[in-house]
Amino acid sequence: MALLEVNEVHAYYGNIQALKGISIHVEKGEIVTLIGANGAGKTTTLRVISGLIKSSQGSVSLNGEDLSQYQAHEIVNQGVAMVPEGRGIFSKLSVNENLEMGAYSRNDKAGIQEDFEHVFTLFPKLKERRNQIGGTLSGGEQQMLATARALMAQPTLLLMDEPSMGLAPVLVENVFETLVDINSQGTTILLVEQNAHMALQVANRGYVLQTGEIVLDDSAEALRKNEMVQKVYLGID
Amino acid sequence: MKKRLSTLKRKYQEILSNPIARWTLIGLVMALILIIPILNFQQRAYWVRVIGYTGLYIILGLGLNVVVGLAGLLDLGYVAFYAIGAYTYALLASGHFDLHFSFWLILPIAAFLAGFAGILLGIPVLRMRGDYLAIVTLGFGEIIRMLVTNLTDLTNGSQGLIGIDSPYLFGLELKTSTHFYYMILIFVILVVFFTLRLDHSRIGRSWIAMREDEDAAQMVGVNTTRYKLLAFAVGALIGGLGGAIFAAWQGSIFPDNFNLMVSINVLCLIIIGGMGSIPGVVIGSFALITLPDILREFSDYRLLLFGFLLVVMMIARPEGFIPSQRRRLELHAEEFALPAPADNPTESET
Repeated sequence: MALLEVNEVHAYYGNIQALKGISIHVEKGEIVTLIGANGAGKTTTLRVISGLIKSSQGSVSLNGEDLSQYQAHEIVNQGVAMVPEGRGIFSKLSVNENLEMGAYSRNDKAGIQEDFEHVFTLFPKLKERRNQIGGTLSGGEQQMLATARALMAQPTLLLMDEPSMGLAPVLVENVFETLVDINSQGTTILLVEQNAHMALQVANRGYVLQTGEIVLDDSAEALRKNEMVQKVYLGID
Repeated sequence: MKKRLSTLKRKYQEILSNPIARWTLIGLVMALILIIPILNFQQRAYWVRVIGYTGLYIILGLGLNVVVGLAGLLDLGYVAFYAIGAYTYALLASGHFDLHFSFWLILPIAAFLAGFAGILLGIPVLRMRGDYLAIVTLGFGEIIRMLVTNLTDLTNGSQGLIGIDSPYLFGLELKTSTHFYYMILIFVILVVFFTLRLDHSRIGRSWIAMREDEDAAQMVGVNTTRYKLLAFAVGALIGGLGGAIFAAWQGSIFPDNFNLMVSINVLCLIIIGGMGSIPGVVIGSFALITLPDILREFSDYRLLLFGFLLVVMMIARPEGFIPSQRRRLELHAEEFALPAPADNPTESET
């Protein structure tokens, strides 16, 4: 059984159908990427999984358990954490407070302390700036903070929405390196990206979305070699 | 002129940032406030009323600050809860229905009813943000005012309710402004303590997170529905408390006491003092309630001058007199010696 199973999901914004029967699955330990253009339904898919919007049809399950029975704030207890699009840090809380908020649903003080150390090893920059207000961090640091905050919930599945958005190429590479690090320490990752080039380098498998439907589904390597993907998403003629 | 202003500004900041000077200043002001009613000077009665009234607005400001400052929900109809508190007391302790319950019994009832009304307002606006929320809450405030004007059987309409009972404390009838001055002072201290505790609790943190980014707050596990309703309820409860005290002090209430200007004034004093800052609410109330009264000497030009001061204030110090630590860092980051970001200079910011 796959860790995450999304089955024939339909979702609407008012009358506009954003998802027209999406089915994806993510196995434990994988990095899976959803690529596609603006408005293809990538973020919507993540929002359905995380409970921020309800699907009209279809099912989402984690470890065989139906996620749609939970409200958005309960999803984190099921082991799903999200790094939202545009980072979504709490900009008036300090770095420390942001991380504490990440562990909001946990009670194990010792474990939380350990995870503080853990994310500070992963992102030494954050340790330097631990008392600084989140909104005064640079874009790259805010991305680190958003990721670290999500890790503080000890997720089994990490949802990442466009982590490379608005960052300079050097920093984008950093982001993807950490992503591989996090994955190698046992966290499964579902990654939504417009930067198909980078996403397909780190992912095991990928799905290509177009206007609310999955048009391709293959290993990352095969997708990199796919003619249509090369032309449309990688800019190779 | 500009240089003068900036020296003044620096002096002001020096005083604020020196703990000894700051606490001495606070201590002196506190002592002065404590003894004003027993001093013997010509305009004593006037000052006791004005400062007592300011205290009432501090209570209201602290309540609305929970909703607007902490939880980030723009509420323009706060006067509704003030009215509910006032009418609850007036109806249960006057000759209108010939009910004469004790003030101390009605006070929690008034606060509870107002808090309940806060939840009732909260439920339909759960999914609204910013300006939409402001419009609906504005309407709510007007609805309550229209109700107390038009439900004449219950509220005596625009004739108002008169002959409201005075509270008794250990056999002492509280009826002079000096009595209420001290009573309000005690309630201000209680509410300051209560909201300070809230601010620094897990609840306060949840409100701030929700204000900053609602989706992200939900993703870390904050039940935003519950915390929004809680913010409305706590804010309304404090408003209801203020209303009951107001009715008891005034001895009579009229629908016109609860017009839109009350909501606007309370919101303004929060903004002037510094959004989300509890000392800010106190200073803001003095600036907004006491000051216009002092300016009475300028009679016709009073509001003009006052409006001008507001505009100057918003330009010179947008974060308010005593900003919460967070907003100060955000708006005047350059004045604080934060380490410069040592990032790759090519990085693009969003």
